[in-house]
Amino acid sequence: MIEFWTRFARNKGAVFGLVVLVGVIALAAFAHMLFPQSPWRMTGAPFQPPGAQPGHWLGTDTLGRDIAAGIAHGARVSILVGLVSTAVAVGIGVIAGAVAGYFGGLIDTAVMRFTEFFQTIPSVVLAIVLVAILQPSIESIIIAIAIVSWPPVARLVRGEFLTLRTREFVEAARVIGQSDTRIILTQILPNSLSPVIVTASLMVATAILLESAIAFLGLGDRNMMSWGYMIGAARTVIREAWWMSFFPGFAIFITVLAINLVGEGLNDALNPRLARQGRQ
Amino acid sequence: MSHVTTRYFCKGVLGAAAAAALSLPAMAQDPVDGGTLNIIINPEPPILMLGINQQGPTQAVAGKIYQSLLTYSKELEPQPSIATDWEMSEDGLTYTFTLEEGVTWHDGEPFTAADVVFSYDDFLPETHPRWRNVHNRLASIEAPDDHTVVFTMEEPFPAFLMSFSVDNAPLIPKHIYEGTDYLDNEANQTPIGTGPFKFEEWNRGSYIHLVRNDDYWKDGLPHLDEIYFHVIPDAASRAAAVETGQVHMSRAEDIEFFDVPRLAGMPNLEMTTEGWEMYGPLGWLEFNTRVEPIDDVRFRKAVMHALDRDFIVENIFFGLGNPATGPINSATLFQDPDALVEYDYNLDRANELLDEMGLEPGDDGVRVSLRLLPLPYGETWDRLAEYTRQQLSEIGVDAEIEAADAGTWAERVADWDYDMTFNYLYQFGDPAIGVSRSYISDNIRRTLFTNTMGYENERVDELFNLAAGEVDPEKRQEYYSEVQQILTDELPVAWLIELGFPTIYDTRVHNAVTTAIGTNETYDDVWIEE
Repeated sequence: MIEFWTRFARNKGAVFGLVVLVGVIALAAFAHMLFPQSPWRMTGAPFQPPGAQPGHWLGTDTLGRDIAAGIAHGARVSILVGLVSTAVAVGIGVIAGAVAGYFGGLIDTAVMRFTEFFQTIPSVVLAIVLVAILQPSIESIIIAIAIVSWPPVARLVRGEFLTLRTREFVEAARVIGQSDTRIILTQILPNSLSPVIVTASLMVATAILLESAIAFLGLGDRNMMSWGYMIGAARTVIREAWWMSFFPGFAIFITVLAINLVGEGLNDALNPRLARQGRQ
Repeated sequence: MSHVTTRYFCKGVLGAAAAAALSLPAMAQDPVDGGTLNIIINPEPPILMLGINQQGPTQAVAGKIYQSLLTYSKELEPQPSIATDWEMSEDGLTYTFTLEEGVTWHDGEPFTAADVVFSYDDFLPETHPRWRNVHNRLASIEAPDDHTVVFTMEEPFPAFLMSFSVDNAPLIPKHIYEGTDYLDNEANQTPIGTGPFKFEEWNRGSYIHLVRNDDYWKDGLPHLDEIYFHVIPDAASRAAAVETGQVHMSRAEDIEFFDVPRLAGMPNLEMTTEGWEMYGPLGWLEFNTRVEPIDDVRFRKAVMHALDRDFIVENIFFGLGNPATGPINSATLFQDPDALVEYDYNLDRANELLDEMGLEPGDDGVRVSLRLLPLPYGETWDRLAEYTRQQLSEIGVDAEIEAADAGTWAERVADWDYDMTFNYLYQFGDPAIGVSRSYISDNIRRTLFTNTMGYENERVDELFNLAAGEVDPEKRQEYYSEVQQILTDELPVAWLIELGFPTIYDTRVHNAVTTAIGTNETYDDVWIEE
């Protein structure tokens, strides 16, 4: 563990990312304490620039809602969507990839053709269509993002399984009569997890971006404040009120950047040899 | 009856007085002849034959080509157009119109009373749903001579005189259409009217070009040589076109509301929300009065108290429009501000009303959960839904916003499958045409723009009925005042805003909006400074 942390800490950017990420998660966790009122509540005069009114240090939006409160509560939606949809996508991807890679042959071909089917459709477009069909809500957004995000995981896990299944320790497990399920879960999977974790961390960032895009287009959950929604709603007055779109935009930018940096740090820590090669 | 002969009395205002009143802004300068007017048209009309299609953009273009018997001042007084005089018999059953002489169609054929009879008795009843409603009330239309037309009603219906705006009653050339398939006539592509501008060219997707009618029946008019309507589908490009002076004018919803204050503030541009008096759009929060606890009038009053209509107009509609106070738009006839029950913005009062009902808040502060279906007409209406949900939460009413596209919204409202939604309707000048349809129990239908709320009150039905058939304007006002008092007390809907659609125009353009039909007017008196 200490060795892992030393390798992670060697990447300065990753440490910075981790600090920011922890900050965002804390903001999301304590949003209801920092901003006890609903972020939808019109607490000030509309169109107030940052600092113009006490208590609204990031300004207010077109209806007088506090931008800072919106960002804090919006962090919850972003983190929630990012984590849950990634978890679901990784779950689907690992199962599909493991089955395809372990059994090979016809099953492999079938699963991979199915995966390619999803990969050929642009993911943003597919996600929007899915949300529109399922009716916009936080659940349908998570489902849509998960459905468009699992194929890369499946391909990655399949690749790992293809190389690992011929290794001696797997052969040995087979010889002593372990079942397929047990071999997959206890022998191969733990050994193929490092790249999956790195990929998953980056997927969280993509999911947050995708959720923002969906909300920006007006297909978000209408009852939950989100960063994408804030930008979408403020876009029309950007000439008069830059702060309404700038701060949520900056929140998305810094969060996604932080997750990417952390992802890179994880890569360094989990695959030290690869990382060092890459750096030279 | 002591009077054997039918007595007529004149309802018309003398043309000269009206014309003087209308041209007031231009009096400082003498009109200049010549020049080209450039107007945005969006979306592109499907066809310019106004008898067949009456969408907004079609009206704006074809209103320059076609004419009707009358037009209307901003106060909704009928004004002469093709008709010089009009009289209603005392029993309200017969209307006699005298027509302008020396009017010709754009192809040179003379215009006569036979064209009027053909238009209103044959053509429009077949192609125009709103005119069909008028036609159903008519017993006959006759032309005793070439310049007189007599309409006979089945029963008195004084709102009849409000039916002659050009979008509702365009005059159609008999010599072109008689005996043909109206919808399929080739002449639909080259519209022929009596108006000040003739159709010249239509470059689809780009522009519609109208040129001056040199044989126009008003001497010395029109001032302009030509009008171009530019098709600009993208909202940002439309705003840019107005801003840079590429076009002289935008109308209706060409410019998105949020861009209006900025453009209106530019020194070379003028903005007005006048010119919609004939349509009188009124927006409201619609209740499904079948749903508990909305069926309790105290709940509806609480909602009315919880919504700040001034805030809605100022901050959601960018100041375009006025707070609504009752069922009749203040631009529409017979609105009576003194008859209305008023609701100030008062959250305490709203909470009291709900307490009185026995709707106790639960541990989470929520008294009741309801569904709120936003009107899917863009950002402004989304903001209105968010505002409403927030205000309702302040009085312990949890309103969950449901997502719906235009088709779903229409289907669900028509099917009464909603708790609360938003809507706005045109009133067409007279309450008998555009107001009663929303509140009379006969009109509780599974169709949009009827009494979808399911509101019933026998006295309201009776009053609307009496008023529609009453010839005496004072009595009509009494009926309508009482109905406004009852409706504002019972709140079938929560009226929010008298919508104001902006016409933005170059300050050099004169007479852009002079009547109740605004940019649908003929524009024979419009001129541009050099």
